[in-house]
Amino acid sequence: MLASLEGAVTAATLALTAMGLSLVFGVMRVVNVAHGEFYMLGAVIAWFVSTTLGTHPAIGFVGALIVAPVLVGLLAAAADRLILARINYDPERTIVATIGLLYILQQSTLMTFGPDARPVEPPFNSRIALPWWRQGENGLEMFYPWGLATTSYKLFIIVAAVAILIGLWVLLTRTRIGLVMRATQADREMATAFGIPVERVYAMVFGLGAGLAALGAVLIVPVQQAHYLMGADPLLLSFIVVIIGGLGSLPGTIIAALLIGMSDGIISVFFSPTLAKILATLVVAMVLVFRPQGLLGKASA
Amino acid sequence: MLEVSNIHSGYGRVQILFGASLTARPGEITCVMGRNGAGKTTAMKAIMGLLPLSQGTVSLDGEIISTLPAHEVPHRRIGYVPQGRRLFSDLSVAENIEVGLMTCKEGRATRDEVLDIFPRLRERLHQRAETLSGGEQQMLATARALCLRPRVLLLDEPTEGLQPSMIEAIRQVIVTLRDQGVAILLVEQRVDAVLAIADRVTFLENGRSADTVTVDALRATPDLMHRYLGV
Ligand SMILES: Nc1ncnc2c1ncn2[C@@H]1O[C@H](COP(=O)(O)OP(=O)(O)O)[C@@H](O)[C@H]1O
Ligand SMILES: [Mg+2]
Repeated sequence: MLASLEGAVTAATLALTAMGLSLVFGVMRVVNVAHGEFYMLGAVIAWFVSTTLGTHPAIGFVGALIVAPVLVGLLAAAADRLILARINYDPERTIVATIGLLYILQQSTLMTFGPDARPVEPPFNSRIALPWWRQGENGLEMFYPWGLATTSYKLFIIVAAVAILIGLWVLLTRTRIGLVMRATQADREMATAFGIPVERVYAMVFGLGAGLAALGAVLIVPVQQAHYLMGADPLLLSFIVVIIGGLGSLPGTIIAALLIGMSDGIISVFFSPTLAKILATLVVAMVLVFRPQGLLGKASA
Repeated sequence: MLEVSNIHSGYGRVQILFGASLTARPGEITCVMGRNGAGKTTAMKAIMGLLPLSQGTVSLDGEIISTLPAHEVPHRRIGYVPQGRRLFSDLSVAENIEVGLMTCKEGRATRDEVLDIFPRLRERLHQRAETLSGGEQQMLATARALCLRPRVLLLDEPTEGLQPSMIEAIRQVIVTLRDQGVAILLVEQRVDAVLAIADRVTFLENGRSADTVTVDALRATPDLMHRYLGV
């Protein structure tokens, strides 16, 4: 129960981060190796914002929730224009370019933010004892066992991530901008032939993808602390999720994030985080062998 | 009037067009013919600005449009029905039409008009484009282009692989548009279809425009067909 709650927290932030990666790959066919660094930047910016605004943790947190994704999104959009567009989104060169971007972002953070892990205070954090059931004298009764507790903030992470994902879904399926993105994803050349400025859409999608990673990081940083190397794990897990879910398939990404996040949380609690990663990698290998297009992906055309 | 003069273009380092010229006049159907691989589709893409020109110009009513960013070319009300339909296959019929409407900021009135031309699409608005039959897909590709209220309409082999009733329906739409004063540029392989509706025919040979003749002249000199098409 507790483990599955931890798992749900991991799954929630992972879903946001992986969604960003999946969106970028789906629309732009770009494998963004620097995605984890956008996540890390989100956490670091959250720390900066909450310490500068340092009156009440809630104010700092809300500030970070807005500032971090926007700044990271703008930075990513600029990186798209200045780097990826220049190399014409050539698949191999974008991988090399985003690896370069990864080191630039990581090392600049090391130089400015430093090598320490820094905590961000959660906006609220009350302990919530969780009820459990047992066989009593008059049938099933509820009680509060010792040690079974979570914090209100962890529940908030889950609720917030679900809300953001619903918002993203509405954006993609119910708005013009979402229609433009999906048309570009379906056929870039025809999108151009119907007046869609594809370069601008690409910059926007790259910014949105990075912004989602940053959002995931802002949500998790009160639990996990900001550190300049924190981007590696989410990158690995996001890749795993995106591959299992089917490259570019957004519903598949969510399902896979739940699967990997939950099992990662549960196995980490009962065994070890390393075992969790090993198992996740094993699942990827199995998926690649038996269903190369991913769970919900379509066979490539 | 759409004027393509002496364009050179291709894909990356592979040059395909070596001086293609043609003109599409309002209220006329100009057909482009040539063997497979002659560069007809490449010429259409070059007109739409989708391929860079190394030489030559495309102009619409005197304005040079070949130097515009590609996504601004359709804003001049140039509709494109590409070879192989190229629908946004994951999107619904309604969404494909919506993308067409957005190009020139057309609204409900245009949407209704276009759906009146293709009532079968109206019954399938929420179906995904890739689940339509071949004929319906061609209708949708045409409808999407009509959403621009085009002054110029490019159609690249629109009847390829369709059954006769569908070919006739598409032909009707093209003729109606011509009568409304649209300049039509039609790539078509079937000689009888060309003779039936074209006003003028431009032959492409190895990326060059070899000859432009009126359809009457073409009827009078059947060996032109033999020379450029091998039929
Ligand atoms: N995307 C592409 N990249 C490179 N060459 C291409 C591409 N598309 C077409 N070609 C080549 O361009 C030539 C002309 O093709 P196309 O314009 O499609 O001919 P047509 O429409 O007249 O049959 C062909 O030799 C074809 O192989
Ligand atoms: Mg062709």
